[in-house]
Amino acid sequence: MNIVVSIKQVPGTTKVAINPATNTLIRAGVEAIINPFDMYAIEEAIRLREKFGGKVTCITMGPPQAEEALKSAIAMGADDGILISDRAFAGSDTLATSYTLAMGIKKFGQFDIILTGKQAMDGDTAQVGPGIAQWLNIPFIAWVKKIEDVKEDAKTIRVERMMDDGYEVLEGPLPILLSVVKEINEPRTESLRGKMKAKNFKATVLSAKDIEADPDFIGLRGSPTIVNRVFVPVRSGKKELVEGATVEEKVSKVVASLRESKLVN
Amino acid sequence: MAIRVITEKCVGCKLCIPTCAQGAISFIDKKAVIDVIKCNYCGACIDACKKFKAILIEIDRKVSDQDLSLYKGIWVYAEQRNGEMASVVYELLGEGRKLAEQLGEELSAVLLGDGVTCQAEDLIQHGADNVYVVDNPKLKDFQDDTYAMAMAELCEEYKPNIVLTGATAIGRSFIPKVAVILETGLTADCTQLGIDDYTKLLLQTRPAFGGNLMATITCTNFRPQMSTVRHKVFKKAAKDISRKGKIFTKVLADDLLKSRTKLIEFVKEMESTVNLSEADIIVSGGRGLGEAKNFALVRELAELINGAVGASRAAVDAGWIPYSHQVGQTGKTVCPKLYIACGISGSIQHMAGMQSSETIIAINKDPNAPIFEIATYGIVGDLFEVIPAMISAIKNR
Repeated sequence: MNIVVSIKQVPGTTKVAINPATNTLIRAGVEAIINPFDMYAIEEAIRLREKFGGKVTCITMGPPQAEEALKSAIAMGADDGILISDRAFAGSDTLATSYTLAMGIKKFGQFDIILTGKQAMDGDTAQVGPGIAQWLNIPFIAWVKKIEDVKEDAKTIRVERMMDDGYEVLEGPLPILLSVVKEINEPRTESLRGKMKAKNFKATVLSAKDIEADPDFIGLRGSPTIVNRVFVPVRSGKKELVEGATVEEKVSKVVASLRESKLVN
Repeated sequence: MAIRVITEKCVGCKLCIPTCAQGAISFIDKKAVIDVIKCNYCGACIDACKKFKAILIEIDRKVSDQDLSLYKGIWVYAEQRNGEMASVVYELLGEGRKLAEQLGEELSAVLLGDGVTCQAEDLIQHGADNVYVVDNPKLKDFQDDTYAMAMAELCEEYKPNIVLTGATAIGRSFIPKVAVILETGLTADCTQLGIDDYTKLLLQTRPAFGGNLMATITCTNFRPQMSTVRHKVFKKAAKDISRKGKIFTKVLADDLLKSRTKLIEFVKEMESTVNLSEADIIVSGGRGLGEAKNFALVRELAELINGAVGASRAAVDAGWIPYSHQVGQTGKTVCPKLYIACGISGSIQHMAGMQSSETIIAINKDPNAPIFEIATYGIVGDLFEVIPAMISAIKNR
């Protein structure tokens, strides 16, 4: 079974903090990591391979240093990595990104299942996964929390899709693209053997020309959305702690305000 | 495409630095220098340098072959499941009405499903001038293939200017496919919408980087301009039973409505009897609860005030409560009227998922917990004293 995992390298947001004086993002020392949501996708791909055999290939679009993300994936247990990298891709929005990744996956050839994390930690759009599926014209199921069964001979898959009030059991044909949520598994850590393999690993790098991308659909030129303004949201900033000698006094003040604004009876 | 700093104009004020999410700007000899490898051409620095106009991006953008003037009207996707309308639809109708008036265009709703025509009047009473309906047994269950095709088909035929969809599990799943079919832009999870006075473009503002940055995005050269919109951000449209509107029933060819995936069953999750995303009140528990059984305290308070139960990632990871209760970037984004955070210190990821709540009460032992920075009422204290005190204060009025 050929499994492709589309991943993204993002800033390690846990280290992102707000400078209270200037109310801006502190970026010093922010390392680049694999988008945490994509870790579940990589893990699930490895589990599928362990069950059905085959190959796990991670694919990413980004600057040359995004190869590091692929190396981490290899260290976890992926078999191969493809980096789609070209200055021509800079400034891509979700339409251009999904087009580019779809063209890269097409170039790669055979696949049965494509997995992605539910969204990227930095952009939070959740639009690239369904976008890739549409460009490739394959079915898509979002928010998968469990792969119940894969029938290799019949080329079908049964999954659970998380909804706001429960989950749906869905069946679909292969090849298919699934975006997975955290609940699906617990990602493994990098193994020693994997780390050794990652050390010597060189990703296959594909340029815009290699994937035969239409220049009208990539980078800023192929991106219909334009970022006009970026700003730091205004926070009240002032910390207002409820004063009171006892817990009861503090609580009664708060409950009184809640009653006033009719939030509680 | 190229970005450059006009050194003669750069005064070295460094205002551009904090706006760059890529960390691509540095200062050499008191002038801004942009690392073109890191730059993603978002244009935020240009906005910061409005005064001096020292940064330039030369962009070569694709021009649409669409006649943009043909695209008229604001559309709201009327999401329903088993005949139940998602509450965000009424919020979108309320906000859509404002946009329609600013543009002098009509507001329409799009209703897809099986046996749903009867719901069109309700949408009209909430402000829609027109309702486009595709009522077909093939649309009984939500499936990405069929819903995306139906929506794209309607957009191609009727050419709306703007399409708004709730940023729900359903909306965020199939609308990106519609945008690809139409080859237009889509902005995810908007929390503010507006119309630019001069260009008449839709200004779509959304949080990024877990809510630490806001970005205003336009879809300048392509139509429709599409957004998914976070729920509970806008006010619901008022109902007016005397309102009149038009209903257009569209019959789509059967081969357009083929789904490759099919629904086997829906399993409602017992724990989430109150839907977190829709809840007006949420009481959440975190690491401070110490162990699983102490969630009973959170549940008791939640039940008392008709709230839903939420949790921080720490509590979910510890196995105290299922993932479906997790609030935050990794879980659900919520926007209730009242959010009570019990024993949650407030990681950036958690706050990203709840900071737009109207009123926030934070209960934590540590006066330096970040959650207090965004709390309306911060109570420093032991939650095992504070919550019982709160329960008795609410009971004894």
